[in-house]
Amino acid sequence: MYKYDTYDQAIVDARVAEFADQVRRRLAGEITEDQFKPLRLMNGLYLQLHAYMLRVAIPYGTLDSRQMRMLAHIARKYDRDYGHFTTRQNIQYNWIKLDDAPAILADLATVEMHAIQTSGNCIRNISSDQYAGAAADEIADPRPWAELLRQWSTFHPEFSYLPRKFKIAVIAADEDRAAMRLHDIGIQLVERDGKLGAAFYVGGGMGRTPMVAPLIKDYVPIEDFLSYSEACLRVYNRHGRRDNIYKARIKILIHELGAQEYARQVEEEFAHVKTLGIDPPAAELERISAFFAPPAFEAGLSDEIDRTDPDFAVWLDQNVKAHKQPGYAIVNISLKKTGEIPGDASSAQIDVMADIAEAYSFDELRVTHAQNIVLPHVAKRDLYTVWQKLVDADLAAPNLDLISDIIACPGLDYCSLANARSIPIAQKIAQRFADLDRQRDLGELKLKISGCINACGHHHAGHIGILGVDRKGTENYQLSLGGSGAEDTSLGKITGPGFDEDGVVDAVERVTDKYLELREGGERFLDTYRRVGFDPFKEAIYG
Amino acid sequence: MKLLTGNDLASGAVTWWTGNGWSIHVEDAIDVDEHGDAVLAVEEAARRVNAPYIIDAVGTAEGPRPAHIKDRIRALGPTVRPDLTLKPADPNAGDWVI
Repeated sequence: MYKYDTYDQAIVDARVAEFADQVRRRLAGEITEDQFKPLRLMNGLYLQLHAYMLRVAIPYGTLDSRQMRMLAHIARKYDRDYGHFTTRQNIQYNWIKLDDAPAILADLATVEMHAIQTSGNCIRNISSDQYAGAAADEIADPRPWAELLRQWSTFHPEFSYLPRKFKIAVIAADEDRAAMRLHDIGIQLVERDGKLGAAFYVGGGMGRTPMVAPLIKDYVPIEDFLSYSEACLRVYNRHGRRDNIYKARIKILIHELGAQEYARQVEEEFAHVKTLGIDPPAAELERISAFFAPPAFEAGLSDEIDRTDPDFAVWLDQNVKAHKQPGYAIVNISLKKTGEIPGDASSAQIDVMADIAEAYSFDELRVTHAQNIVLPHVAKRDLYTVWQKLVDADLAAPNLDLISDIIACPGLDYCSLANARSIPIAQKIAQRFADLDRQRDLGELKLKISGCINACGHHHAGHIGILGVDRKGTENYQLSLGGSGAEDTSLGKITGPGFDEDGVVDAVERVTDKYLELREGGERFLDTYRRVGFDPFKEAIYG
Repeated sequence: MKLLTGNDLASGAVTWWTGNGWSIHVEDAIDVDEHGDAVLAVEEAARRVNAPYIIDAVGTAEGPRPAHIKDRIRALGPTVRPDLTLKPADPNAGDWVI
């Protein structure tokens, strides 16, 4: 894992001191809310329905046990004993007091964490593949490149006031586990003639106007990685619309310019940027990469696992994935136990996950965009012990990628932007499909719920998506089908008129019943949907 | 009826204008009628409350009930965590919201 150098630490410490003074001045009445709001947002502090909300950055979703314990400490000391892991691999606290915020940021800084650039029209936390460094199918570890982007984008003077917020994802495998093409820039590390490079997909996103990012350049030599990124941002910063918030994202610019013309302008800009010498020297790249060297895996470990315990075997089949190192596995901890709130974990659970990571996963954890936690490097001989500890902490729900592994935004229960509640819908659907055998029979089925058009719950990318809207003061839920955030990225299609809270749960069940009736062989829901099309499902829903 | 609401500057807690101050309990809120904007301006200038705004509500035997579900959730707390609401001991408290 990356460790701060003295410069990293100094700029974070300086920001903590600066924000402490800003909070003091606000509480003393020396500055107005209009003056203070942009300052607190730059430090991840929002005002939500019930209190201030603090969003803490978890760079590319990677953290160690010391940092994870700090997240538990903050939940326990300053919040209401829980945190909410988000769809951007961050964590949010819902009950923060303004006068506690400086102390929280100071505590975070002691473990090399902060809340900088988790809001505002700047480059947000870089996201990545939660299996980075562990996946058998990656061609390189994407995290050194995500870290390079983190350093480049932190306090970047040109990109601190972009037309709109900006999200970047970096992956290095053909299987997309990070919804890469639904980011403003999605970068996939690729190889050409044995040399590492990067494919740039630019102009994706969800929200009001969802778009799948087109390929802008299929191969950028890795030594041009930052210069090309800078050129992409510069063209956007120059031409992105600042007159209309709904048209300010880069996806709108590229849609209006055309991908080809945008790519041409980026090439032109790149030719200039390349002369500025912003790409780091090889020694700096090596310094960063060294932090992500594989841990000291034991050689010669057995791949045999005792599957005698049937509950363990189910968890193993559902939540444990192949690791590139023989004798090791990737463990997914689902934060979606039936009836619980997707992405929420108590401080005690966060501590347990930290303890397990320290003892059994080379001190590493990952946060996934699906609001789960990953232990990336667990020896197969330790899996049963790890599972038992997770069972004891109520963290062993064996439902990864099943219908109850629902992404849901905080919705109207917490969020001031929301139009409808998301969490109760997730809970009702999970309860309707509580029978694990039924869920497993349905197979991979990604259901995603947003409480407003901003789409934090990724509903556009759900095999089944649900969008909550306000219909004359009443919550109403639109259903969509056929979305995907994976390598076969697609956007869901709205089925028709919306439903009330119970009606949408019934509608989901009619969709799954129709799928079971129509599926052939080992088809997933999405496969069947793509084969038979929209109409049979629409007919099943509305009759 | 009209209520004036906002969030407490220091704690962020939801607050309601009572006529001579702010309360976290919507039951204490008064109808600000056509005076809401004037109170809002004074209170915002005094910097005791954050992001104040005026909402529609209806009077009930239990006190004012905000017209929109968003403000009813603000008034009580998240519907999915009764333990974190202002009435954690009342199992039926959530019925007031929905």
